[in-house]
Amino acid sequence: MQVDLLKLDNICCSYGGMEVLRNISFRVRAGDYVGIVGPNGSGKSTLVKTILGLVTPTTGTVELFGTGRGEFNDWQRVGYLPQRLRFFNPNFPGTVGEIVRLGLLSAKGGGDPDAVDQALETMGIVDLKKRLIGDLSGGQQQRVLLARALVNRPDLLILDEPTTALDPETREHFYALLETVNRSDGTTVLLVTHDTWSIGKYANRFMYVDKKIVFDGSFDDFCQSDEMTAFFGEHAQHLICHRHH
Amino acid sequence: MPITEIFSYGFMQRALLAGVLVGVLCAVLGVFLVLRRLSLIGDGLSHVTFGSVALALALRAKPLYVTLVALPIVLLSSLGILRLTDKARIYGDAAIGIVSAAGIAGGMVLAGVSGGFNVDLFSYLFGNILAISSGELLLALLLFFVVMGTVARFYHELFAITFDEDLARCSGIRVERINGLLAVLTALTVVLAMKVVGILLVSSLLIIPAVTALQVARGFRTTMVAAALFAVTAVVAGIILSFVLNLPAGGVIVLLNILLFMLAFSWRRLSAVSGR
Repeated sequence: MQVDLLKLDNICCSYGGMEVLRNISFRVRAGDYVGIVGPNGSGKSTLVKTILGLVTPTTGTVELFGTGRGEFNDWQRVGYLPQRLRFFNPNFPGTVGEIVRLGLLSAKGGGDPDAVDQALETMGIVDLKKRLIGDLSGGQQQRVLLARALVNRPDLLILDEPTTALDPETREHFYALLETVNRSDGTTVLLVTHDTWSIGKYANRFMYVDKKIVFDGSFDDFCQSDEMTAFFGEHAQHLICHRHH
Repeated sequence: MPITEIFSYGFMQRALLAGVLVGVLCAVLGVFLVLRRLSLIGDGLSHVTFGSVALALALRAKPLYVTLVALPIVLLSSLGILRLTDKARIYGDAAIGIVSAAGIAGGMVLAGVSGGFNVDLFSYLFGNILAISSGELLLALLLFFVVMGTVARFYHELFAITFDEDLARCSGIRVERINGLLAVLTALTVVLAMKVVGILLVSSLLIIPAVTALQVARGFRTTMVAAALFAVTAVVAGIILSFVLNLPAGGVIVLLNILLFMLAFSWRRLSAVSGR
């Protein structure tokens, strides 16, 4: 029987009495490419943080690889790429090689010593290895962080609005990299974004979240649904879905 | 007097060795503290050290025991700062401010009770590295190996939480424990450093070599090594200069640290201009 890589059961979250997530339940299976979209303030980032244990839900349970979130410690199987680094100091003196190597901290036995170079090569940033992370552009920094997230070859890759600071060309390249990681390496991807069109193009499962799960299915089905029209309007629906096809 | 003669004195040998140990410790921890915007934790803990020293002196403790009285109090205070930040829902700088004020106020009251500020208390305020005893040097050596050994053992974890706490958590690192460890190591180092530059200037040893290294070094390890080298340079030159010119060693060490920072800063600016 195939084990769910991720299982959320009836997750509710509140901040200061304000409800952020309501009765969120879903499962993610190996090889899935799940795209989650939703408006600003819809609880997407809280959902990611709840999965990773950075936020404790008011009610409900999270399981990673069949283990309750509280007991889970096999972090080398999970890669995480945040929207931006909460504590990032632009004068941080770490080199790209040092930052990517940080990903190996969760690896049992110290990880593969060649993994850093392999991850840099996959991301096409070998030449940046000795550069300081603070000296790089936003797009380059995101690639470094993706290399860090992938250095253990995780089974599950979780990304929280990773392309917000990127220009359209770099964004497209970034999504192409993710597709390669998903299709070639079999890495399961959970991508939170506001970039609905890209989700439609790359993800095989589409979720629309606005505090609760409004839609969960294929992007084509979403295009045909009443929810699409309700949330985006007819004009946007035409633009997004037509462009996708 | 030939310069080599300076090194023949036992008190100078002890001062130089203790200064190098403390300088390296402060520089290495300073890199983590500065990058985590916790630079002033050293300042806060030095104020607690003042209160602890006043308590030890009120109890008429001998110099070595002054350090031993201060150690547990400063250790508890460092953990208290973290606890306040975590549980009282206040920012770190405010927590440092509360603990710092408690240390100074307690010290003032104790000094008043024991008959006012005396020569001993002033020697701790301004430091007196030339008066370090063999027992204090041994304690410094012991603490040096404890702190550096712990930093080496938890280097990757400390590096990870310095880069980003959330990412560190998602690598399975127990961030609160590592934060506590950093606070404890800082407390040990602050107590150790009070004899070198004095309570009033302890935080400068934690901050200045680190920010100087950040001007010139590329890479995290390189920054730590550079900070240690800057600190050792300032401490050794400061002790020798202060002896030759008959000046207070603590003040000279800190001024040399600032001079090195200005040189590193200027070098970086000039490199940036010439690189354009």
